Amino acid sequence: MLSLVIFLPLAAAVVLAAAPGIAERAARWVWVGITLTDLALVVGMWVAFQPSGPGQLAFEEQLEWIPNVGSSYHIGLDGLSLPLVALTAVIFTACAIYELRQEDRPRAQAALFLFLQSTCLGLFAAQDLILFFVFFDLSIVGMYFVIAGWGHGNAARSALKFFLYTFLGSLALLLGFIGLFLAAEPHTFDMVELAAAAPLQDNPIAGNLIMAALVIGLAIKTPTFPFHTWLPPAHTDAPAAGSAVLAGVLLKMGTYGFVRITMPMMPDAWRDWAWVIIAVGIVSVLYGALVALAQTDLKRMIAYTSVNHMGYVVLAVGAAGVVSGSDAVARQVAVTGAVTQMVSHGLITAALFLLAGILRDRAGTYAMDAYGGLAKPAPKYAALFAVGAFASLGLPGFSGFIAEFQIFAGSIGPAPVVLLALPGILITAALFLRALQRLLTGETRGKSVGFADLRPTEMSSIAPLLLLAVVIGVFPRWLLDVIEPAAAVVVDLVGR
Amino acid sequence: MSGVLLWLLVGVPGVVGALLCMAGRRADRSAAAVSIGTAGLGVLLAVLVAVGRPSVMVPFMAGAPFSLSVDGLSAVVVPTVAVVTLLVLIFAAAEGTGPPARFHGLMLIFAGAVAVTATATSLPALLFAWEIMGAASYALIGFEWRKAAKVSGGLTAFLTTRVADLGLYAAAGAALAAGAGMDLAGLADVSGGWRHVIAAGILIAALGKAAQLPFSFWLSRAMEGPSPVSALLHSAAMVAMGGYLLLRAAPLLESTGWAGPLTAWIGVLTALVLGAVAVAQRDLKQLLAASTAAQLGFVVLAAGVGAIAGGTAHLVAHAATKALLFLAAGAWLTALGTKQLGALHGAARRWRVLGVAFAAGALALAGIPPLSLWLTKDSILASALDASPGLYAVGLVAAALSAAYAGKALIVLWQKNAPENNAAFDTEQQGTRHVGPWQNVPLVVLAIGSAGLGVLVIPPLITVLGNSLGGQNVHTPGAIELTVSAVIAIAVVILVSRFRLPEPAWALRWLGLEQLAARLIVAPTMFLARKLARFDDRVVDAAVTAGARKSLALAKLLARADDSLLDGAVDSSARAGLRTARISAAADRSLVDAAVESGAARVRKLGSLARLAQSGQVHHYYIQAVVILTAGAVLLIVVR
Repeated sequence: MLSLVIFLPLAAAVVLAAAPGIAERAARWVWVGITLTDLALVVGMWVAFQPSGPGQLAFEEQLEWIPNVGSSYHIGLDGLSLPLVALTAVIFTACAIYELRQEDRPRAQAALFLFLQSTCLGLFAAQDLILFFVFFDLSIVGMYFVIAGWGHGNAARSALKFFLYTFLGSLALLLGFIGLFLAAEPHTFDMVELAAAAPLQDNPIAGNLIMAALVIGLAIKTPTFPFHTWLPPAHTDAPAAGSAVLAGVLLKMGTYGFVRITMPMMPDAWRDWAWVIIAVGIVSVLYGALVALAQTDLKRMIAYTSVNHMGYVVLAVGAAGVVSGSDAVARQVAVTGAVTQMVSHGLITAALFLLAGILRDRAGTYAMDAYGGLAKPAPKYAALFAVGAFASLGLPGFSGFIAEFQIFAGSIGPAPVVLLALPGILITAALFLRALQRLLTGETRGKSVGFADLRPTEMSSIAPLLLLAVVIGVFPRWLLDVIEPAAAVVVDLVGR
Repeated sequence: MSGVLLWLLVGVPGVVGALLCMAGRRADRSAAAVSIGTAGLGVLLAVLVAVGRPSVMVPFMAGAPFSLSVDGLSAVVVPTVAVVTLLVLIFAAAEGTGPPARFHGLMLIFAGAVAVTATATSLPALLFAWEIMGAASYALIGFEWRKAAKVSGGLTAFLTTRVADLGLYAAAGAALAAGAGMDLAGLADVSGGWRHVIAAGILIAALGKAAQLPFSFWLSRAMEGPSPVSALLHSAAMVAMGGYLLLRAAPLLESTGWAGPLTAWIGVLTALVLGAVAVAQRDLKQLLAASTAAQLGFVVLAAGVGAIAGGTAHLVAHAATKALLFLAAGAWLTALGTKQLGALHGAARRWRVLGVAFAAGALALAGIPPLSLWLTKDSILASALDASPGLYAVGLVAAALSAAYAGKALIVLWQKNAPENNAAFDTEQQGTRHVGPWQNVPLVVLAIGSAGLGVLVIPPLITVLGNSLGGQNVHTPGAIELTVSAVIAIAVVILVSRFRLPEPAWALRWLGLEQLAARLIVAPTMFLARKLARFDDRVVDAAVTAGARKSLALAKLLARADDSLLDGAVDSSARAGLRTARISAAADRSLVDAAVESGAARVRKLGSLARLAQSGQVHHYYIQAVVILTAGAVLLIVVR
């Protein structure tokens, strides 16, 4: 079942790529059909999700792959990965719908996005480090072609920068994986076994070196300060759907790595590193928010708010590593908040990037000063943008509040220094309201004149993302019931 | 059953409001009717839950349920807010504030949020509704989004109150860290240092919402919104919730030792200073706004000295009074196109019902007996006198100032010689010269409330109220105190009618607090943001690019070395080989066999060399992979 979910898009991608007879128009509908089918399967899995116990995997599959290095095709879902798998399916579906009117090589684009979807789903389901790494690198390759092939502006350069920078990160990650492999006895790449064995518990020197490699690799992907500079150009020059996937799904691979790999597999080293991680988180929160505040280009601004939003995740997982003298309940709340934030940021930022893409589509620029009074010609656009902005600034009633409230409530106890990051919430509010004011309100002027309002395809791709953010924001239990037990397991493992 | 009613009370307005907003202009025609119907249902539900006192709870976040409950305090406040909401919506419908669907939708969302705020018993439920109120306030202040100043006003209001809201996030973290859970009632029992963090957080959040010092200036900007919004959000309900939260948290404040007195002093100083600000205002809505902050100062003072019953009564009576005055100001603004006091001379005589209702509210605000605020304020001041004579003295001066500003507005509006058409009219919008009967109805109801709600602090009601609130510090003002304050109020109003009041620039500009915040907080933040953005481009990103460029340079260097050294070596060895071959060819043919043999030996050696790389050691393979990948990356850069 899980393999089907992962490889169905890939199979469709192969068919689309190999069969030039398929009409370009049909390709777009095939793409939508496949993503909807995959989404339906994921919803089915969500309903059926019943792990046999804490720390156990559901939908587990294991096949022999490279036995001589202890690597197997091992996949499965728990409360950390299922929400991200679902997020992936949702965002790719939204992108497929959004691109229904796209005219530039739709068949190739559909194939590429379907390929990318498989790599993302595979990564979140992977329970083997080699498998994880393969999906990680393939996703980078896929995104490279998305930016280079369908981007605009300085796309080739941005794509290359994205590729080289994150590829460098993946090499650091591979180095760390090999370190874990060598430290484990018997040698294995199996993530479940590595988490159970925690192989570097009594080897602090090697543990810290390997942790350094892993943290750098994941921090580049997340991205945190100071490894974030690939993100703004990649977003600015990527196509709207590419940006949505990049921010909505690919960034989560970094933070997912923290909760999936570093925390459970290297608890000692994680506790040693906790204050570094917290510091990086706090700096990312404030730095990302402040730099975003100074931007005049909407897409760059949203890109920097990603640094801010992922910073919350980082500081929460860091705080969960401050074990001594803190309450386990608080740390669980922090980790739950971190995972919720990944889902929340995925939904909201994907919606915002799709909305930003419409600006360029209609008027050729992301420069906020070129617009004004958009609410008059494009009331639907204005409504969705306003909702997205409030969602992103963490207003209650949206998923961002559920995430950020838990992150702060859970982190302040273990690490009171987290209070320093609170102004991040405020600066984000300021920058989104300023952007909203510049774009939507006042007299209609500049590029806003004659701006066409949202088309049905755009509406039906963006509105569901925001609706989902509202549903999580008002009725969070169905999501938190899945995340909380898994967060408790992670906190237990870190506390070993 | 009664739990369901509570869910309906908070849920129905929110859902109906959201639907109205989403329907947009299609719902414009039915919006007012739907909205008034919903608000009417809200009043019914509010009364029912006030009688039934239900508690409900659903799991929300880990260790932090979403819990609501109606206790003695909310049983008084929830119906008050519901009634004021209904009256304001009736007025707005009569006045035609709109586009109606968006306006009434946002007002109903706000009404739902305020119901949650008033009944919340856990921090997440409180913060949830607290910030939605703020967002609704933002959207309603900037309701006429075409005018940039109005949207900026909303921005200032939202951001200022959100600064304070951060206190609630900190309080939630501290509550969880202390292991106390997120129940509001349990916070006073938290032991250790975290209790102080919680108290400070709640205090800051409440001061921000209640527009107390130093946050008061946002309320001035909030006056950009339509008058019904000012009436409901920026006096009767949202701003009042700041005072309400402090009343609710009074045991916690008291338990810390420092927070109670601090709260009381901030409250009484706000009453004093913002009273002076109100006296200096020339715009009716600005005067009322400053007076709102000042009057809530008395509520905050009540919370600080633990006078819960008096504070609650003042909150309720002030809600009726101030909603009335704001609606009246709105009626004149719509009819005459101005809210400048200078232009409103004698406006009260033109529409008598409106004028009389306004007079009732203004006299109550001035503290004239036997109207409500005279009694409720004195009930608070009586408790303050117990706590500290200093508080009482400052409070008394603040009370005199409220008589001054209320008297100022009253006298201007009832002055004789109102010209039929004044050149000063229509400076802010085009007036309709019309006040409809359905605008008057809510005003009359509110005037009755404003006049009579003082009964709440007269025995036996004060005892009933005090008991239902937990019986803390119930004070009935003594005859002497009541007489003193009445004499002061009447004397001040008479003086105001004779002499011109001073209007110092500092008070007219609301102490310059907004400019101060702009200079001390906003400007440095923007400066830092721009500097960091430049730093990000020129230093952080440049370092990465420089690193990449250095690698490229290194690669080029290596490539050159490859050409000149390695390739040269290969070439020369090939040449040497050719030469050897020629020599061998020239040499005896019988040596061929030997040459073949030696060639084979060389190949064998190469083979064993190649086997070295195939070590079976993963790290050897990794190094090779890195080398190949690096070469690939270099290739990619070079051939690009």
